[in-house]
Amino acid sequence: MNKTLTCVICPNGCQLIVDYEGVTIQSVEGALCSKGNQYAEQEILDPKRNIASSVRVTGGKAPLVSVRLTGPIPKKKIFDVMAEIRALSVAAPVEIGQVLITDVSGLGQDVIATKRIDRI
Amino acid sequence: MTTQNRSVIIIGGGPAGLAAAAALRQQGVEDILILEREHDLGGILRQCIHDGFGLTRFKEALSGPEYAARFVDTVQQAGIEVMTDITVTELHADRTVVATARSGRYVFKAQAVILAMGCRERTRGAIQIPGSRPAGVYTAGIAQAYMNLKNIMIGRSAVILGSGDIGLIMARRLTLEGASVKGVFEIQPYPSGLPRNITQCLDDYDIPLFLSHTVTAIHGTKRLTGVTVSQVDSSFRPIPDTEKEWTCDTLILSVGLIPENELSKMAGVLLDPRTKGPRVDEHYQTSVAGIFAAGNVLHVHDLVDFVSLEAERLAESVGDYLKQAPADEEAVPVEADPELAYTVPQLVRADRDLTVSCRVRRPLNRVRISIWQNDQKHVTRRFRRAIPAEMIHLTVPKEKLVPGEPLKVVVEHE
Repeated sequence: MNKTLTCVICPNGCQLIVDYEGVTIQSVEGALCSKGNQYAEQEILDPKRNIASSVRVTGGKAPLVSVRLTGPIPKKKIFDVMAEIRALSVAAPVEIGQVLITDVSGLGQDVIATKRIDRI
Repeated sequence: MTTQNRSVIIIGGGPAGLAAAAALRQQGVEDILILEREHDLGGILRQCIHDGFGLTRFKEALSGPEYAARFVDTVQQAGIEVMTDITVTELHADRTVVATARSGRYVFKAQAVILAMGCRERTRGAIQIPGSRPAGVYTAGIAQAYMNLKNIMIGRSAVILGSGDIGLIMARRLTLEGASVKGVFEIQPYPSGLPRNITQCLDDYDIPLFLSHTVTAIHGTKRLTGVTVSQVDSSFRPIPDTEKEWTCDTLILSVGLIPENELSKMAGVLLDPRTKGPRVDEHYQTSVAGIFAAGNVLHVHDLVDFVSLEAERLAESVGDYLKQAPADEEAVPVEADPELAYTVPQLVRADRDLTVSCRVRRPLNRVRISIWQNDQKHVTRRFRRAIPAEMIHLTVPKEKLVPGEPLKVVVEHE
């Protein structure tokens, strides 16, 4: 079976043509680097994405701190992770890189702050 | 009022201004002042919380605030002077800079001024959508600022006009926050955002993209209640009897960015009608001696990594300029192929390594883009596909360049 994908790993956004049978990848064409081949395999077997959002902050100079995951999670788990992120509130100060949720939804990735928020 | 003399004044503390400052200090320039109108440095990156920044520069996927923080840290560690909450209100051709803050009015005279004010969004007024004027119509960047900086949810069901990257990013952001995004409507027959954002912001969440469509009416009195969308023909005219009503409480406009030019115009800097920013030579010097420009104020970029690189190339030239204003090689034009929307720089003096940035006007398959001078081809790059959303860069070392001979950027179909 043939499928055309756009690699989302980097801004090159390579158009990949994947030839596969069930879960067996026969060939990937069009990737400028090896990451594209890995992406195509992952995308056919179990698509993964990183997500970014924000978390409420109390007592900080800003009402929100931006967050992201330390690595990609299965696409179908995105809304489970969002529910955990939305339920969270943290107290200032917050540092860049600070882990706000460890092993979110048991998926092996952490939610980390991507901005420093000082106390008022 | 006393005038403070400065070596370099940088107007704007976003990615371009920060990278220029850090690179100038690395060259040993001591007297640098960054003027930033916001309370914090970082510019638009502060609200771009999604990841994917820094892949070319740092070889990792960072969010906007993290990318900015790396440069802010460098600038602070280098002890570069920064004033925030200060707005530049005047810029003159003699490099007098007038700025206003709560603490008073300041007048500076700089040896070199770096324009790094970024760009602004086109608005509803700019594209003249008819209809009433209800609440609920936002530009994509304003929507992003409300949601990511102010914790204000902007609506529950949204239609997005324009497929610029910020609009696509906001489609995903709204969906993740529980709103329903009905669709993205693009007047062009191709998307204006990057392909990877079509995949990861729209396709991932089953948000439909309608090409050759535009919003032709806005409905509602207090709050937006819906929009009329029509198909357009190849001259972007709405096709009669294709109107469709979409119920929504929010309309997001992602219909283009324009370099911020108020100060540039005040100083008499000549603008290029194609980029809508200043016309520069390969030193990023504008038509006014000692006034330089880089980043989105010069031409709108798709990747911040390229903004940083451009500002660093600018800094190299500003550093030389401060040592001694170069005995000017005559500037000659860079002629852009009709398939290209523009080139930056627009002029060359052929006295330093050259990087030409350009964009194609429409999606092209299998092309070669080359730089020629006389009958000499200096460089060629081949593209399986070139699209307007992606800026293209070509470099030529100084040794190959002949001063006084115009350059041509040529597009050939294979």
